[in-house]
Amino acid sequence: MDFGPYLLLATLEGAVGAAVLALTALGLSLVFGVMRIVNVAHGAFFMLGAIVAWWVADTLAAGPALNFLAALVISPLAVGAVAVLAERLVLRRLNYNPESTIVATIGLLYVIEQVALMTYGPDARPVVAPLDFRVQLPWFGYSGYKLLVIGASIVVMLAVWWGLTRTRIGLMMRATQFDSETARAFAIPVDRVYGGVFAFGAMLAAIGAVLVVPIQQAHYLMGNDPLLLSFIVVIIGGLGSLRGTVLAAVIIGLSDGIISVFFSPTLAKIIATLIVAMILVIRPKGLFGTQSA
Amino acid sequence: MVESVKPNRKKQISGVSRRKALAGLGGAAAGATVSGVLPGFVRYAQAQTSAPIKIGFQVHRTGIGAAYGRWYDRTTRAAAQLINESGGINGRPIEIIAEDDGTDPKRGAEVVEKFATQHGADVAFGTLFSHVVIGSAPRAGELKIPYFVVSEGHHVASGILNRYTLQPGITDVKSQVQSMAPWVASNLGKKVTMIYPDFAFGHDHRDYFSAAMAAQGGEVIGKIAIPPTESSFFKYFPKIPRGTEVLYHVMVGPGVLTFVKEMGEFFGSKRPEIFGFIDSLEAVSINSPGLEFLEGSYFWEANPRYAQAKSSKFDAFYRAKVGVDETGASVDDPKDIATYSHMFGCWETLHTIKQGMEAAGYRGPGDRAKLIEAVEAIDNMEESQAHPQGAKIFNGKTHQVFGHQFISKVGGGKLNVVHKTSIEDGFYKDEVDYTSQPL
Repeated sequence: MDFGPYLLLATLEGAVGAAVLALTALGLSLVFGVMRIVNVAHGAFFMLGAIVAWWVADTLAAGPALNFLAALVISPLAVGAVAVLAERLVLRRLNYNPESTIVATIGLLYVIEQVALMTYGPDARPVVAPLDFRVQLPWFGYSGYKLLVIGASIVVMLAVWWGLTRTRIGLMMRATQFDSETARAFAIPVDRVYGGVFAFGAMLAAIGAVLVVPIQQAHYLMGNDPLLLSFIVVIIGGLGSLRGTVLAAVIIGLSDGIISVFFSPTLAKIIATLIVAMILVIRPKGLFGTQSA
Repeated sequence: MVESVKPNRKKQISGVSRRKALAGLGGAAAGATVSGVLPGFVRYAQAQTSAPIKIGFQVHRTGIGAAYGRWYDRTTRAAAQLINESGGINGRPIEIIAEDDGTDPKRGAEVVEKFATQHGADVAFGTLFSHVVIGSAPRAGELKIPYFVVSEGHHVASGILNRYTLQPGITDVKSQVQSMAPWVASNLGKKVTMIYPDFAFGHDHRDYFSAAMAAQGGEVIGKIAIPPTESSFFKYFPKIPRGTEVLYHVMVGPGVLTFVKEMGEFFGSKRPEIFGFIDSLEAVSINSPGLEFLEGSYFWEANPRYAQAKSSKFDAFYRAKVGVDETGASVDDPKDIATYSHMFGCWETLHTIKQGMEAAGYRGPGDRAKLIEAVEAIDNMEESQAHPQGAKIFNGKTHQVFGHQFISKVGGGKLNVVHKTSIEDGFYKDEVDYTSQPL
C-alpha cells in the first residue's frame, strides 16, 4: 500500500481509538479532579459496560439498531448504579482517603472481574453493529460504524463540556473540585456531588465500552488496556483537566494508531509510557494541570 | 482393648483410656510411616478395591483459551463416561480431576505439580495452548508423570520436551501445513502472505508452511505476526504486500471473530484467495454477521465441523455422545459452536491412555514407566469409536501421531470438504528419539 492511503488508514484507526479513549479517560479524570480519588476500578466499569451491552442486546433481540440503542441507554445506567453503590458502601466509609481508596478500588476491580467471569463467563461475545455499511475507499474498505463511533464520541464530549460549564450541576462540580471545604460552606451538598461524579465517571467509561463492543466484542479482561491508556492520558493531560484529557487522548490515540500500523503495537505502548515518564519529569502537572493537583 | 477396671467419671464420658489413646496414636503413626515410605503399598490395596484411575485434566477454563477449554471439557467428560460405561480401564473406573490453568504457562506448571503431588493423579492430560504445554512439560518430566497433550504444536515432535510428554491424539502443525501446502500451491496460488499469532504455535505455522511452500515452488512474501492478546486487527492488513495471491490466516483467542470481520471490512469483494486455519473461527459461527465475504474461501479442518455425506458412523456416534449437532453446534444451544477440529483429540487421547494402560497392565503410579513404553509401542490406530476423526499412525520415537487433514470450502453458509490428505502427506523425518531417554 502507498504511503498516503496507509497514513490515512493509520489516522482513521488512531481516531477511533482516540474517540473511545477520550470518553474513558474523561471519566477517570473527572473522578480524580473532583474527588481526588485514583479509581483503579475504572477499567472494570468499562468492561462491565460492554458486558451489560451484550446482555441487553441478547435479551432484547429486537434487531441490531434497537438493541444497540437500548444498550447505549441501559448499560451506562446500570454501571452508574453499581458505581453509586460502590461509592456509598466503600469509598464514603474510607472518607475518600487517597491511599485507602486506591487499595479499595483495586479490590473492586477484582470483585467486578470475578463476578463477570462467574456469571458472563470467559468467552468473547459480539454485539452486532447498529448499522452495516462499509465505506469503500479506492485503496481499502472501512467500517462505517467506526466512523460513527468517532462522531458519537465527539457529541458526548461536547455534552459533557456543556454540562460542566453551562449548568448548575456543572458549577457545583467545579466548585467542589476547586475547594470542597468552601463549597460545603456555600451549602453545596459535597457528599452527593461525590456520589454523582463517581457514577458519572463510570457511566462515561460504560458509554465508551458500548461504542466499542460492536468492534471488539465483550470479554471479562477487556478493561485492562483502557485502564492503562486512560491513566497515561490523564497524567499527560493534567489530572482533572477536561481539555487536557481530550487533547492527550487525541495525541495518545493517534500515535497509538499510527505507530501500531507502521511499526508495532508494542512499540506504541512503549512510546506512550515513555511520554508519561517525560511529562512527569518535565511538567509534573501535565499539559493543563492545575496547581491544586 | 479392655476398659479400666475402675473407670473414673471422665473416662466413662470420653470412652477413651490413656492406653487406648496411646495405642491409637501409635497405630496412626505407623500407618503414616508405611504410607509415607511405601506409597505403592497403599495404592495396590486401593487397586484391588477398584479405586478409580485418576486423570488430571489441565483445562483452559479461563484466559484466552477458554472457548477451547469449554469444549475440551465436554469432550473429555463424554469420553470418560463412555469408557466407564464399557468397564473402565483394567476393570477400574476413571475419574477426571479438572484444574484450570488460566491458559497461563506458569499456572500450567503448578497444575501439573498439583496433579502429581496433591491429587495423586496417575497421568496428566488435555493441554492445548502451546505456550502452556512448553511451560508445563518440564515439570511433568521432573515429576515423572505421563503428560498427554492435545495441542497441535510441533514442540513434542521437535524434541524440545521429554520422554514423559506425548501427543497421541492430534496431528502437529508441521505435519498439517506440510500436507496442506501442495494443494494450496496448485489450486490457489504460489505467492502467499501469512497472518499468525506471535507465539510458539504461530511460529510453527510460519516456519513449516514457508518451508513447505518453498518445496512446492511457492513463496511466502509477507509474514505478519500478531500479539496473541490483540483486540483490534485492522491496522495489520495494510502490511499485506501487493501481489499476494493467497492470504493464509490462523488466529486464536477471544478476538478471532473481530479478526475475520475486520479482514472482510478491509478487502470487501476485492479479496485475494483466502486460506485459513479453522482456528481463526473455532467456536464461532461461520454465518456470523460480517463474515459473508468468506463465501468461496477455504479452511483447513482437522475434523469437519459440518457433518458430510461421507462422514463415518463413528463421527455420528461421537457427535451424539459429546452433544454436537450436524452443524457443529451444541445440541442444547445452536449459538454455542464447538471447537470441532481440536476437541476430538481429547476423546482419542483418553482412549489411547486406556489402550496403553491395558497393554501395560497398569496398576498404579509405580507403573508409569511401563505405561510410557506401552504407548510408545502403539503404531496403527484404526478408524473406530475410539478414533472417530479417522485412522492414525503414531510414531513412538517422536511421541507424535499423524492423521488425515481436510480442506473445506465455504459455500451456502456451510463448510464443505473438498480435499482429504493422506496420512503419509504429513510425514517428515524424525527429529528426536525419545525412547533413547531414560525413564
